[in-house]
Amino acid sequence: MTNSWNDIKNADVVLIMGGNAAEAHPCGFKWVVEAKANNGAKLIVVDPRFTRSAAVSDLYAPIRPGTDIAFLSGVMRYLLGTGKIHQKYVNAYTNASYIVKEGFKFEDGLFTGYDEARKNYVDRTTWEYEFDEQGMAKVDETLQNPRCAINLLKAHVERYTPEMVERICGTPKDKFLKVCELIASTANGERSMTSLYALGWTQHTTGAQNIRSMAMIQLLLGNMGIPGGGVNALRGHSNVQGITDFGLLTTSTPGYLVLPSEREATYADYMKSRAFKPIRPGQTSFWQNYGKFFVSQQKSLFGKAATKENDWAYDYLPKFDTAYDVLKIVDMMAGGQMNGLFCQGLNVMMAAPNKAKVQAGLSKLKWLVIMDPLETETGRFWENHGEFNNVDPKSIQTEVFQLPTTAYAEDEGTFTNSSRVIQWHWKSVAGPGESRGDIEIIADLHSRLRALYAKEGGAFPDPILNTTWDYAKPAHPEPVELLKEINGYALEDLPDPADPTKVLLKAGQLLPGFAVMRDDGKTSGGCWIYTGVYTEAGNMSMRRDASDPSGLGVHPNWGYAWPANRRVLYNRASADPDGKAWSERKKYITWNGSRWVGADVPDYAPTVAPDKSVGPFIMNPEGTARLFSRTAMPDGPFPEHYEPMDAYIANPLHPKVNTNPVARVFAADAKSFGTPDKFPIVATSYRLAEHFHYWTKNVHDNVVVQPEMFVEMGERLAKAKGIKNGDWVEVSSQRGMIKAKASVSKRFRPIMVDGKPCDVIGLPIHYGFVGMARKSYPMNTLTPAVGDASTNTPEYKAFLVDVKKTTPPASSPAVA
Amino acid sequence: MAVTRRQFMKVSAAGLAASSVGALGFVGASESLAANVRPYRLEKATETRNTCPYCAVGCGVLVYSSADGTKDGKARAFHIEGDSDNPINRGTLCARGAASLGFANSVNRLQYPMHRKPGSDKFERVSWDFAMERIAKLAKEDRDKNFIAKNRDGVTVNRWVSTGFLAGSACSNEAGYLTYKAIRSTGILALENQARI
Repeated sequence: MTNSWNDIKNADVVLIMGGNAAEAHPCGFKWVVEAKANNGAKLIVVDPRFTRSAAVSDLYAPIRPGTDIAFLSGVMRYLLGTGKIHQKYVNAYTNASYIVKEGFKFEDGLFTGYDEARKNYVDRTTWEYEFDEQGMAKVDETLQNPRCAINLLKAHVERYTPEMVERICGTPKDKFLKVCELIASTANGERSMTSLYALGWTQHTTGAQNIRSMAMIQLLLGNMGIPGGGVNALRGHSNVQGITDFGLLTTSTPGYLVLPSEREATYADYMKSRAFKPIRPGQTSFWQNYGKFFVSQQKSLFGKAATKENDWAYDYLPKFDTAYDVLKIVDMMAGGQMNGLFCQGLNVMMAAPNKAKVQAGLSKLKWLVIMDPLETETGRFWENHGEFNNVDPKSIQTEVFQLPTTAYAEDEGTFTNSSRVIQWHWKSVAGPGESRGDIEIIADLHSRLRALYAKEGGAFPDPILNTTWDYAKPAHPEPVELLKEINGYALEDLPDPADPTKVLLKAGQLLPGFAVMRDDGKTSGGCWIYTGVYTEAGNMSMRRDASDPSGLGVHPNWGYAWPANRRVLYNRASADPDGKAWSERKKYITWNGSRWVGADVPDYAPTVAPDKSVGPFIMNPEGTARLFSRTAMPDGPFPEHYEPMDAYIANPLHPKVNTNPVARVFAADAKSFGTPDKFPIVATSYRLAEHFHYWTKNVHDNVVVQPEMFVEMGERLAKAKGIKNGDWVEVSSQRGMIKAKASVSKRFRPIMVDGKPCDVIGLPIHYGFVGMARKSYPMNTLTPAVGDASTNTPEYKAFLVDVKKTTPPASSPAVA
Repeated sequence: MAVTRRQFMKVSAAGLAASSVGALGFVGASESLAANVRPYRLEKATETRNTCPYCAVGCGVLVYSSADGTKDGKARAFHIEGDSDNPINRGTLCARGAASLGFANSVNRLQYPMHRKPGSDKFERVSWDFAMERIAKLAKEDRDKNFIAKNRDGVTVNRWVSTGFLAGSACSNEAGYLTYKAIRSTGILALENQARI
């Protein structure tokens, strides 16, 4: 989230699209209710299903799954066409006026530089600005140049007329225009709109571009950095934000630094592309500090073994050739290229698409280690559960270890919530039986590997032998020790830059913030964005002062928000270029003549005066936010509608480039996509208010209220197929078949797509063959193993199926 | 001073004795009532501040635990409620969070390290030492055999791609950071979490 849960109360318009906060994030949704009750906010919900969020909305618009970009591009067309944009904000704070390189084009569904054979944009040189001799981007502040980013954007979205939106999305034109009008009511500094989304936007082959479309809308409206504004990802797991922050992703390192690739043989090569020189006069370009964060991190990871002479142990980090994301891992397992797998609380058998492929992959592993507090399908993939998991254990040679971990209430430490707030929690009880904490298990594994390498040697033991492990009890590192290490220390006395005769920090002291980090090895810090969480003043994540001095829901002394305890990102943009609030209603951070002051920690240098014209988007070398994204996205500088891989219609905009042209499809999956002649129904996955992922099917109360798998469908489809509520139904896709009971509801209604009625069904994700709930076919039997071109997030939200009435499963689906 | 419910009844009974109600002969009844009143369930409990384990709203919860009456003398969590001090949820919990005690105490919680031999149709209980020693050996064997020190162009790449690690997204930041350290230092690239899925 760029803003926070509490900040939602400041919104005048709330748009929930690509999520269902009322059911998936009920206590966060409370702030939507607060905005409605006390701020006169209007709630818009755009969703294929009439969800409980929709039930309390002021305006609901249906949409066909997988067509969000068409809808949002239509909104952009409306805003630009009617002039309902926050022009001053757009001119000053976005790249609207930047001149795009001659030669950049979009034709027949493709941007310039596409290589048909490699299914990739191999030449992205035109996805760029024109630069002058000083290396500064050229701009036309009058916006007259047709090559200005905003003019190219206008031309790009011109095709998304309300009629075209209706044709692709199935959203009636009048509903769509009402949504546009309400959104446009925030195109001034007086009112703001917040956007709340979740997996409904990410789990598509165009997932990142869905979100980017909304970011562009928020920029046109001037809603970034504003109270009650922002683009807000409502994240799913209690610490998925933190675990992502800590770089537990294939090509990441903690704090959103990037793991080196094999094209960067040396540290100098690596840093060459990370100079981040400003490309507009006088800009901050904060990533110029990259080297300080990287070196400090290497000092935390490898201590004295990371020296200037060995390029801060650069060779200790693996260099990637390609991304090894979950889809790739499953593909490698299925292809026999992977021998071992650890699953630390990730039930991959249920969570990865195309269950048959995952099953085949796990069966080819030599060994599998499960670390989990609960029974999982992954842990028992080798066990025969009748038709729900019909395998022959004798034929599966995988050695499996199932290690019991502690969980909820049984350990201490911090979680980072969706608003980036780091909160400490305390241990209440010991875990059951012989369960152990994840820290203890990892420490044990590392200690044993280290001892084996010390004794026997082996392949490149250096990074294992030199990983810092100076904990008081090496087998039980304390969370407090780890949080301090994450925060970082002064490793030597640090001179005060203002007065070199003075010492800023003594060796061994905790860093007060990332601003003091250095690239000379004198500071450490495992994850720079967390620096400040544990200082000489104490553990900030434990702070429990709930006061809110501004009344804007900031709560500055509750826990600690990264970065720098900032609750709303880009908040400099809440003031106009002169440093005055756009309006009294939305006053947040302003210039008082000598500093930036207000409700929050300024996202800006605190004493840089407005007349210096430093842009508010300090992480970009432009200082502005991007309507035209240059080369940041692999599928283009502007979002474009492509059909899901299971395409329901021929793309009316460019039938020859029907689906995302750069979505990665593995050879093994080339024939795994469905077509509407065989699978004429659109399916989407969703979550129930009563269940959490695949966990709560192990919890009695949740199972009592939602005991078994079902498929939700509308009355028209049910009637056409002779299906009644409670009948057993077979749902099939190109990947496989499941049986589930029908739940016939009014929540799904056919929508008119390309002139014909389109039926949509919904499948809850929660049920499998392990747990207290009735045994079920896992629904990921049906989903395609393909992901977003940017992030490789699987396309769970839009795929093609057929349904027919069937008989109950042969093996009785009794309670497991 | 904290007054327990039982103490409160006793004090009330004393007050009653001195009142006109006492004169009516109800004094004994009140004392008997006081003696039989159950203390508040939470009175003897340890209250611990925690964060809901499910979604990323980050609701504050209060976990109440006690060893009172447990067979093994180990404390158990027996009540969970929303933390009204927490500004994010202000004491509210959703259907999942409100039932989260059932997760902590689920009968499907794993208790012991288990091992399934190749081709077997069952898990067998093993010791932690057996499991961890065997896992470390298997991991080292695979790493030593398949570690790629240099790519075809002779560039030092120091990667290990025949083993993967899928990290937990309900682990603490501290566990996540330690996992990053321990796993990345082996050269594993197939390191992922729930963020994409």
